[in-house]
Amino acid sequence: MDSLTLIAITSIITSGITIGFGAIGPAFAEGRAVANALMALAQQPDASSTITRTLFVGLAMIESTAIYCFVVTMILLFSNPFWNYFIAQSGN
Amino acid sequence: MNLSPDEIVYWQLGFFKLNATILFTWCLMLVFFIGAQLLRRLLANKSERTRWQNTLEIIVLTIEKQISSVGLSNPRQYIGFLGTLFLYVALANLFTIFPGYEPPTGSLSTTISLALCVFVTVPYYGIKQRGLKDYLASYTQPTFIMLPFNIIGEISRTFALAVRLFGNIMSGSMIIGIMLIIAPFVFPVVMTALGLLTGLVQAYIFFILASVYIAAATSVDNTQTHFPPSIEQP
Repeated sequence: MDSLTLIAITSIITSGITIGFGAIGPAFAEGRAVANALMALAQQPDASSTITRTLFVGLAMIESTAIYCFVVTMILLFSNPFWNYFIAQSGN
Repeated sequence: MNLSPDEIVYWQLGFFKLNATILFTWCLMLVFFIGAQLLRRLLANKSERTRWQNTLEIIVLTIEKQISSVGLSNPRQYIGFLGTLFLYVALANLFTIFPGYEPPTGSLSTTISLALCVFVTVPYYGIKQRGLKDYLASYTQPTFIMLPFNIIGEISRTFALAVRLFGNIMSGSMIIGIMLIIAPFVFPVVMTALGLLTGLVQAYIFFILASVYIAAATSVDNTQTHFPPSIEQP
């Protein structure tokens, strides 16, 4: 196997692992956040606007950890710097 | 498949490239400028309030309320910077309903420059409010050992601010692009609607995090007391 094939195999496998494991943590965290927000909504329906706003902000901040993994995956798949380097090498 | 609108180059002269990010940022600046001029004319000529003036007052007052809700005492002082951040990011994300538009916030160069503005502005307001010595001393809170960690935290939160906005907007446009290949009829509309919600929430988060950072830098009392002294001493 030449280096291009190795880079392709490693990039694809690593990107799958990255997005898979990167989704686990935020999924648990968002589940906990929504569950607690629902409990708070059931106990204090008057504060629903504040709870909902804080929940949305919190969810977006939790989700950004998954988004970081997504960015790494997309970089590995679509604009891999090592792949581009070896493509340029083989072109010359 | 383009990862960012930086890769769409319309015109090039040597080192200077006119890519989609710059072009749509200029369009947004033009929209803001023309909108502000029209609104200013409406404010100047009529004696009674127009509906546009009411809309503008609602926006300004809501931003002021949000700034003061994170603990900044004089929101009028910060609304020039923080309000501009919010309006720019929100409009850049909301314009995705127009076909052919590439959001400039989906490019890492735009978001990093926005985050660098926050990175520079936080010490500026901190030094302005507390003085140079007092502000620099806040890096050694609670002990001197925390100095490198505070500096690392300052840099990494700037980077996180940039990558969060970039990742959310880029993933939105990329999911729509993938959906157009797989199921081109109904689902892209749903994902675009979700992208509008995500874009507005991300604009709010960017704005509120910048406000929180400024509030943390300008607060004179940096100790972690949960009760004011009047409660502890009856």
